[in-house]
Amino acid sequence: MGTFLFNVLAIFTLVTAAGVVVNRNAVNASMCLLLSLVGVAGLFVGLQAYLLAFLLLLVYAGAIVALFLFIVMLLDTKGDARPTLHKLPIAARVLAVGLVGLGVVSFVAQGKLPEPAIGTAPAVGASLKLYAYQLFTTYLLPVQILGFLLLIAMLGVIVLSKRFDGLEDIK
Amino acid sequence: MIDFYLNLHPVVQGVLKGLAVIMVIFPIGGACSMAERKVSAWIQGRPGPNRAVVPWVSWIPVIGPFLQRLGIFHVMADGGKMLFKEDALPGHVNKFYFILAPIVAMIPALTTVTAVPFGAYLDTAGKVIPIALANVDIGLLAVFAVSSLGVYSLILAGWASNSKYPFLGGVRASAQLISYELSMTLSVIPLFLWVNEPGREATLGLGRVVEFQSQPGFLGGMWFVFIMPVSAFIFLTSLFAETNRQPFDMPESEADLVGGFHTEYGAFKWGLFFVAEYAHMVIGSTVFTLLFLGGWNPLPWVSLADLAGWLGQLSPLLAHPLAVGVISIGVFLVKVLALVFFFMWVRWTVPRFRYDQVMEIGWKKLLPLSIANLIFYAIAIAIIQK
Repeated sequence: MGTFLFNVLAIFTLVTAAGVVVNRNAVNASMCLLLSLVGVAGLFVGLQAYLLAFLLLLVYAGAIVALFLFIVMLLDTKGDARPTLHKLPIAARVLAVGLVGLGVVSFVAQGKLPEPAIGTAPAVGASLKLYAYQLFTTYLLPVQILGFLLLIAMLGVIVLSKRFDGLEDIK
Repeated sequence: MIDFYLNLHPVVQGVLKGLAVIMVIFPIGGACSMAERKVSAWIQGRPGPNRAVVPWVSWIPVIGPFLQRLGIFHVMADGGKMLFKEDALPGHVNKFYFILAPIVAMIPALTTVTAVPFGAYLDTAGKVIPIALANVDIGLLAVFAVSSLGVYSLILAGWASNSKYPFLGGVRASAQLISYELSMTLSVIPLFLWVNEPGREATLGLGRVVEFQSQPGFLGGMWFVFIMPVSAFIFLTSLFAETNRQPFDMPESEADLVGGFHTEYGAFKWGLFFVAEYAHMVIGSTVFTLLFLGGWNPLPWVSLADLAGWLGQLSPLLAHPLAVGVISIGVFLVKVLALVFFFMWVRWTVPRFRYDQVMEIGWKKLLPLSIANLIFYAIAIAIIQK
């Protein structure tokens, strides 16, 4: 990919990502998230990982952000005045500064990936067959565990949100 | 002429090709809106639009009045009306998103065309080469991904209008489209399991699906609508829901929501929504034709290569790649337009569902059916292709 295109997409992604955080209006924030995801998909296309790009569009941009918008519109958040910041305890402040510092230090110290590893690494996301094969062999357990976690979350939502009062048979 | 074209920069070539395809899809979208009015009139036993006429044409003896009665000039009349009408912007709307929504409606509708092959020709070696803007490996996934972005136009239009009925329409649209996307995706998986035989490079390309349906032999030349009728049924039903066509036009639903998500829209912005709906319908029909109706093959068990062979015996001129290409596009368009007619036929025949019925059909009927269908074909294909 041309460096120019990469720069444009990267800046676009970062700016819109910042927009998600900064925007007070939840609908604006969701739209920024959508644009940011499209930018990331563009970066994937630049890396010739077409499958990942379109999966990202299909799953996240097409469905999940639409659900976000659905919820935002249902709750009708008007972008209220921001809650005033409470003073944090000293321990929390020290911890926060320490964590950020640790992150910066580790990024500076070890933020470089070894060069030859990138060149020889198999492009798993590039080919459909390779991707599917990896999913069902190397990454089978994580995929199954993730699916199970999602199932638990779903059941939790049903249990929390649904009233089982008049329904003896479900109990 | 051809040399001049081939000497252009690839980007310019791509833009020209893209424009050419859009210049076909956009008028077809407009013409479909006209056809819908005429078809509805025929189904309801009334004459339908039959007044508008261009003066000079009406002077032609037989053809003029015939074209007038057919109502084809109403396309121009409608288009002109929408262009020149005052484009009122209500004071209570969110202006940015209000204007953005119709544009967002058009973009996915026209972008999906890039991954859809719409014809084929035979090269000198007799190999069938699909004609498409980008014959990508990802094919169907690209179509699904881009067309799934179309939901934002409905959501944004509903939200930005800042009034109750459009809002309800937008909320309905987001829930409905996500619900039916699931069964739609699941319904085509058996088809690609069958197409991606062992020992082949895996693909989701739509051209490959058509190629698979044009093999010799009884099973080879059979269209997928016969091999996988349940998949075809689920896909078509989901297509109705995804394009917001009746009986699934919950977001619009003029009986209870006035005009649904576009209540506050008028003039050309409304026209864009309208054309986008038909463009979605046309693209959905092309995908269905490619997947289940054999694409550019004229008949089941008669592939394009067979047809080109017969035509070549008639006259060598007809076997020219250009002629075969035009014929294949013609065959394909006939199928697509027949399917568009089917969409209209259903619209004026089946009453609209209630919203709870839409959700129940989506989640309790179509989704389990598509999963059962997938499991059945997965086992069957594993046994057959072992």
